[in-house]
Amino acid sequence: MGDTSDTGETGAPHLRDAPMTTPGVNEWFVREILPLETALMQFLRRGWRNSNDVEDLCHDVFVHIYEAARREIPHPAKPFAFAVARNLLIDRIRRENIVAIEAVADMETLGITVDEPGPDRTAIARQELRRLQAALNRLPDKWRETVVMRKIEGLSRPQIAERLGVAEPTVSQYLAQGMTALADFFSNDPTDTGGAP
Amino acid sequence: MSDSAPSLSSAKEARAQAGQWLERREFGPWTNADQAELDAWLAASPSNMVAFLRVERVWDRAERLRALNRLMREQSPAPRKSPLSVLPKLAAAFAFVVAFGIGAYLMSGNGEKFYETPVGIRKTITFADGSKVELNTDTVLRAQVTDNGRMAELVKGEAFFQIQHDAAHPFVVTAAGYRVTDLGTKFLVRRDGERLEVTLVEGSARVDPAGPEAHGRSTVLSPGDMVLATDQGLKVTKKTTPVLANEMAWRRGLLIFNHATLAEAAAEFNRYNNQKLVIANPTVARRTIGGTFPTSGVEEFAEVAKGIFGFHVKTQGKDIVIQP
Repeated sequence: MGDTSDTGETGAPHLRDAPMTTPGVNEWFVREILPLETALMQFLRRGWRNSNDVEDLCHDVFVHIYEAARREIPHPAKPFAFAVARNLLIDRIRRENIVAIEAVADMETLGITVDEPGPDRTAIARQELRRLQAALNRLPDKWRETVVMRKIEGLSRPQIAERLGVAEPTVSQYLAQGMTALADFFSNDPTDTGGAP
Repeated sequence: MSDSAPSLSSAKEARAQAGQWLERREFGPWTNADQAELDAWLAASPSNMVAFLRVERVWDRAERLRALNRLMREQSPAPRKSPLSVLPKLAAAFAFVVAFGIGAYLMSGNGEKFYETPVGIRKTITFADGSKVELNTDTVLRAQVTDNGRMAELVKGEAFFQIQHDAAHPFVVTAAGYRVTDLGTKFLVRRDGERLEVTLVEGSARVDPAGPEAHGRSTVLSPGDMVLATDQGLKVTKKTTPVLANEMAWRRGLLIFNHATLAEAAAEFNRYNNQKLVIANPTVARRTIGGTFPTSGVEEFAEVAKGIFGFHVKTQGKDIVIQP
């Protein structure tokens, strides 16, 4: 399985170089790129048969985008992000040496509309809230309870430990896992991907 | 196909670690050394950075769930629950939190019980006689409701009483040296130390000095009356219905301000949250603000203060400091 990380193979390996990073990259990334995750995932899922890999693929897409942005922030962000996703997919398909021409062809016809005005702000906010809620609900019980007690009730670790009747390190574990899963579920909502052939 | 993956992919590994870092920062203590360690981890690979930004973003966004949940609990029999569609599991998570958040323990054999709510939690108690008491945040109530008599003491905090009238057994609430006797009634009692406020919403009630520290004389209230008892004595003022409604908004999980100073507003928020608002600067403290916030909306509030007045907001430990 070619499932070793290929995040490092393109571009210069800049491990702990002095931060030659364009200022504002992180903010830009959070503002412009991360919100595209759901759409990118959909795009990748259609182009790649093994849906288990899609999250990893998406992560790699993010890494490529981030690396590029450290040199220069691309404008506009959205077409750039999809171009990266597409190139990565093509690259993968080639490397896996599988016949997936229809996958690539399909991508051409996907017609990612790049500069649509988009729904208004409140609609986005509402949708986001709905997705947050849905993500929270999909968490396993202990994780969800921990997240709720921390995020919504603002309880401390000892307080949560007491209520759950577990040791404090366990609370930490629940929270760390809950936070990660929340991010996963947030951008990977099964109800959004129903009709992906 | 991919059953040869007992170890995590590098992407999943980075994401899991990002969660661990955030957890560490979330619970603290978070020192400069911790930050330096995190910075090093982030700088080690863009994969780490990207994973971290991603988990952090959703965690930050999840802040909004707080406000939502307050509203949700209000709208439980909601006629329209469209954008905030109520999710039963979440409600269950809440019931869990609430159930564990409330201590109600028997003190002695005479049926006397203590009820308390931690900061940020509300709770409704229904007594055997059908009377209801809603406890606001950070409140302690001692109550003894039996066939022979009905009494409660507000040890601290705030409570809204809806009493089933029973002329033979008046419901008596004591607090800060005063006694409130219901004459068929809904009323609000709030106690901050020795400062006591009794507001009558409906029906009729009487306030009597009952302790050595109490002043003034027996006062019968009609709806809208607010009695303020301080060490200066009793003072009765009339409250209009809208003002009253605003003061009762906590029952819906809301704080409603109308020309409140930032200092007053901060003091209100601080009753409901462990994350405290700190306004040390007098110029900032005097500015006035209006608006509706969830009781947990400390950060939204700080954002508003920043947006409207151009004040600076910084976090200091768990606190939020607003300065010019």
